Amino acid sequence: MTKKDKYQKVAYYPGCALEGTGHSYNRSTKAVGKALGLDLVEVKNWNCCGAMEVKNIDPKLQTYLSSRVMSVAANEMDMDVVMAPCNGCYHNLKKAEYDLKHDPESVDVVDKLSKKAGHKTYESGQVETIHALDWIKDTIGEEGLKERVKNSLSGIKVANYYGCMYTRPRHIFPEKDQGPGSESTSNPHFMDDLLAAAGAENVEFPLKTACCGGAHTLSDSDTSTKLVLNILKAAKLAGADVIATECPTCHSGLEMHQIRAEKVLGETVDIKILYFTQLLGMALGLKPRKVGVHENVSDSMGFVREHGLA
Amino acid sequence: MRPLADIERTMTAIDVEADPQAAAGELLALSEEVLEHWVTAHGREPTDDKREGFRLLALHRQGTKGDPSFNACRETAREIAYHYNLVTMQPEHTETTHRAEMLRMVSNHLYLFVSGKLQVAELGEFCCSAKPIRSADKHEPGTSKEA
Repeated sequence: MTKKDKYQKVAYYPGCALEGTGHSYNRSTKAVGKALGLDLVEVKNWNCCGAMEVKNIDPKLQTYLSSRVMSVAANEMDMDVVMAPCNGCYHNLKKAEYDLKHDPESVDVVDKLSKKAGHKTYESGQVETIHALDWIKDTIGEEGLKERVKNSLSGIKVANYYGCMYTRPRHIFPEKDQGPGSESTSNPHFMDDLLAAAGAENVEFPLKTACCGGAHTLSDSDTSTKLVLNILKAAKLAGADVIATECPTCHSGLEMHQIRAEKVLGETVDIKILYFTQLLGMALGLKPRKVGVHENVSDSMGFVREHGLA
Repeated sequence: MRPLADIERTMTAIDVEADPQAAAGELLALSEEVLEHWVTAHGREPTDDKREGFRLLALHRQGTKGDPSFNACRETAREIAYHYNLVTMQPEHTETTHRAEMLRMVSNHLYLFVSGKLQVAELGEFCCSAKPIRSADKHEPGTSKEA
């Protein structure tokens, strides 16, 4: 079965962030899926992937938490693909998959905890975890998107920001760096490809995988603000009107520290921040509210109207 | 090796318009100094080796030894090398000043990342290859009370 066929119907794992600060990412991902005729079936009774907090305290517990999500998808829903739009969730499920394939101790811990919790133990290889970018790229692709675009993003200059967890560490993403057609860990381009297909002009952005300081946003807010400010300024210098994101932590960090930079450092950078699914959705003819533009922290309604997307 | 705060001030003060090539050399050297701080803080002697023609990349490689999460700035270091090459190998290019300014921003990002990471080092690593905070306490994996 080709990826195109395999990914038509996937188990959707939104994760905690998409029910909170990343609500508009959740809304826009679902809306884009519907508009493209793709089928999302939310993972039943899903739990936290272990995020950063659990991983720091007990990495094997994080492996278990992520494995439970995959176990539910495979054993209770009979699905073979889990799609996670959040970089943190995507990363953690991929890491759990890697650990369960290579580390017998992880297998033992996951088995013990799964039995204790009363569900089937996840076995490596039962499901394939993909990101929202893989999902759209491999099912619809650039050509398919071009055919479906109703409101071209032409005239919009985009800096694509992938953040640090989408490609790192390399060894947990064996499908990447496999030559033409695959994603690159050093210079990711799937988001660039999709938005270009929708008519956007991508700018050369050297900080596309740089750290946004998301993990330190509470413990060291000043550093996070400076890191974000530098990303915003670099995107502006690169000529971008908007930064496209594909991670709720990065997105909310960019939005909130954009505001904090104004308040604390007195520095204003006039650049919009939108999820790639919001941009794609509007290109597909969906109204801004349908993709949650009004739910973002920063106000982009004027911008989307200006570019004929409203 | 000057203090990190001095490095930041120097980066900010460099006039990239007056002489982009000289600025590129200074920014590359300052970025190397930032990585020297990281390597030194981890009890090692900063290398004088080069990788792909850049000491910066050799220092980054050295900085990842025993701490794979430091790879989170790998592409940043590589972008510095790339922009240095753009400015110095195509000095007549119409966008040379713009490229040098971008080099400053990428170098600044390396500074912010490394200095921030040094400040929170005692809290444990939060990035992609996270290490458990309690590793020093011989915490047994999968045995926390919650589990």
